[in-house]
Amino acid sequence: MFETVISALNEGFVATLKLFFITLIGSIPLGLVICFGSMNRWAPLGFIGHRQASRRQRILAALEEGAAVSAEDGGRVLSESEARSLARRLGFWAAVFTGFRPISLLSRLVVWVIRGTPLMLQLLIIFYIPGYLLEGGSPWNFPEGRFVAAAIMFIFNYACYFSEIYRGGIQGVPVGQQEAGEVLGMTKGQIFRHVTLLQMIKRIVPPMANEVITLVKDTSLARIISYQEVIWAGYAFLKGSHNYSGLLWPLFFTGIYYLVFNGVVTFLLGRLERKLEFFR
Amino acid sequence: MSILEVRNLEKHFNKTKVLNDISLSLEQGQALSMIGSSGSGKTTLLRCLNFLETPDSGSIAVKGEVLFDAADPATRREADVRRKRLHFGLVFQSFNLFPQYTALQNVTLAPELLARERPDYKERKREINAAIEAEGRELLASMGLSDREGHYPHQLSGGQQQRVAIARALAMHPDILCFDEPTSALDPELTGEVLRVIRSLAEQRTTMIIVTHEMDFALEVSDRVVFMDGGFIVEQGGREVITDPQEERTRRFLAGYRH
Repeated sequence: MFETVISALNEGFVATLKLFFITLIGSIPLGLVICFGSMNRWAPLGFIGHRQASRRQRILAALEEGAAVSAEDGGRVLSESEARSLARRLGFWAAVFTGFRPISLLSRLVVWVIRGTPLMLQLLIIFYIPGYLLEGGSPWNFPEGRFVAAAIMFIFNYACYFSEIYRGGIQGVPVGQQEAGEVLGMTKGQIFRHVTLLQMIKRIVPPMANEVITLVKDTSLARIISYQEVIWAGYAFLKGSHNYSGLLWPLFFTGIYYLVFNGVVTFLLGRLERKLEFFR
Repeated sequence: MSILEVRNLEKHFNKTKVLNDISLSLEQGQALSMIGSSGSGKTTLLRCLNFLETPDSGSIAVKGEVLFDAADPATRREADVRRKRLHFGLVFQSFNLFPQYTALQNVTLAPELLARERPDYKERKREINAAIEAEGRELLASMGLSDREGHYPHQLSGGQQQRVAIARALAMHPDILCFDEPTSALDPELTGEVLRVIRSLAEQRTTMIIVTHEMDFALEVSDRVVFMDGGFIVEQGGREVITDPQEERTRRFLAGYRH
């Protein structure tokens, strides 16, 4: 009995590891893309805002000197209170236009939705909804379909969490580092690769370790779409499989797998952390 | 012809005018000291010269080439800024060394990255990098840091870090080297070694702009002195600005430094 159970659990745990590693490989770089997206400062309407801001500044300067301020069409001279309210309006719209950053807005919206809803729900949506909407039925109707669907959702979900960790890591690097690179004539890309990146990695290792350990356990959520990972395999002995049913211990035994594997993960990440201790 | 011509520079931060009609010029080989209390705009002026801030109006020219003119949008193109700022070097108050690189790597990183743009880089890569490294060692040696080449910034004292930062700036061969209060973040017993290095640069006729609170030092190394207050240049001239100030505000400021 023991051997049958262990070999079934082993098989399930291989599936768990497969989902775990593919998620890491996909979400670590995708997280950086989303991070750059949310930090992107592209403001297509910024020029309008800048124009309004400089007009506001001119009005305020004129008011300070007691000079006349003329209306937008250049005709009428405005009273002081009119000029002040015009400056206020200009200030408001300048902030709106310079603050309209579509790439950043979209990225932060995506991060909000993904982090704000349960991963289990997201797995159900990606697995079942396309089948209702697409003409040809579910796109996941192939042998590895459940794995691919789960992997896509896991990668996307974890990339969103990672992106926020990255953002914190990048913003934690002192501005002086960026400025030192700039005055030495480096490009933005060079500054990121050669100056910021390693300092950011050093900062994000502890919070990333947290997420990675959570990911090991979160892979069990994939059984909601019948991805046959280790908990699914353990539960099968309770429901009935391999001529056994009502066996409770295999389900709880899966905890050992997670515990041992997380021990390995913790050890490796601790080593990485120590490796980065050569600088401060 | 002067090496640096700054004309009518102005800069606002929101409603506060931090630079007000700043005009100054500097000759090749001269050292200029900028003195004045904190918040007088000295650092902002240095940051404008190094394109870390964009002035609202005015112009900056080096060797007759207009690098920045607020009235001419063509001079404000982001893509050109990188090349233009190489005319200037900047030594920060807080050193800003790259912590993950050794002293020598801090000095050679930027020249190595710049060299990659040379047309002959591919075939002469090894030779070029060897030359950059040799120069880096030489610069560190001239700072008295030969035995610290392989040390990381956190293993160095503040004075040593600042000397590495000076070597790092010199490695880019700037026309004008700017110092932003280079000794303000140092313990008093470490300022001497940094000032000694700057002094020897002055003796080699390096063109420099030094923002400093060390009056005796400013008097000793400067050919030109600028006193700033409230965003204005109140007084500028030779060393007499310190020894024999004409303006009441300069006198009052300097009185705070007399012992």
